[in-house]
Amino acid sequence: MSTPLQVTARLRDPVTTDDHIRGPADAAVTIVEYGDFQCQFCGAAYPNLHELLRQRADTVRLVYRYFPIANVHPYAERAAETAEAAGVRGRFWEMHDWLYEHQDQLDPVHLSLGVEQVGLPPDELNAEVENRAHADRVRRDFVGGIRSGVNGTPTLFVNGVRHDGGYDLPDLLTAADAAANA
Amino acid sequence: MSDPNGLIQPGRTAPGFTLPATPDGALIGPEQFRGRPVVLAFYPADWSPVCGDQMALYQSAAPVFAQYQATVLGLSVDSIWSHRAFAESRGIEFPLLADFEPKGEVARSYGAYTSNGEAARALVVLNPAGTVTWSYLSPPDVNPGADGIFDALDQLAADRKVMAG
Repeated sequence: MSTPLQVTARLRDPVTTDDHIRGPADAAVTIVEYGDFQCQFCGAAYPNLHELLRQRADTVRLVYRYFPIANVHPYAERAAETAEAAGVRGRFWEMHDWLYEHQDQLDPVHLSLGVEQVGLPPDELNAEVENRAHADRVRRDFVGGIRSGVNGTPTLFVNGVRHDGGYDLPDLLTAADAAANA
Repeated sequence: MSDPNGLIQPGRTAPGFTLPATPDGALIGPEQFRGRPVVLAFYPADWSPVCGDQMALYQSAAPVFAQYQATVLGLSVDSIWSHRAFAESRGIEFPLLADFEPKGEVARSYGAYTSNGEAARALVVLNPAGTVTWSYLSPPDVNPGADGIFDALDQLAADRKVMAG
């Protein structure tokens, strides 16, 4: 009988200024999330990550990367490209938050309303998404994730090491504090 | 416990087989894909209740597998009917093979069968000639992702370049 080989997956694409980053640049702990806007588990983790950033405002920063599992979530790719269209206008996190707070409203009609609520021109963003102007960026995140060992959504890397624990606030606090004190 | 000899190791010739596969029950096996890499993904069961489902993940990575011209085959002891419903529900377009009768025979021949009557969660990469070049046994409750597969496919591509040069 062979022993299962435990390999710890590691983040292969380092965080750069192209990334969407929330929190202090000099944070001791960087959490990279690979997420899918239509994934209910990502939706469940969203308020916990928010609270983690609030409680550890000086030590933790969050990086968000796109990982749409399009064959299971038909609206995920469009949502990701819309978030990127908001991102190039400096509104990534507003759009990100709207998407996770309205996961049952990701169809094109409601998504346009969301874009409007975030204060951006829906027609302009729609046209970019239709032209797949942001598809390469979303795909780059996805491929980097799959090469790093992302095995579902959400997958978090805490200071570069895949977090195989839970996404409840206590789990996240424990993981972040352990990384900060490592 | 899996096969007493354990999961098939690199260097061995992959045992030949065909099994009924999605979508239409046609018989499919690795020999049909000689000349390109084949990834055999053994998994315990259809319908694992998470978004992080391994087969759904591999479908979403189809464009990356295509870059390597690699064929992915999923295998479990589920019947073709279960596979078909599962594939439809998760949008899985690559073949899922039913190792159903005799149950688990192919999984056994690869050392990827467990005593609780399911395939192990095991990955086997075959080179274009049908020789095993990489294999990996994951704990049954851990989705191994695809990073190890792509590393193995990179290695294959690099070896072929050396051979050609």
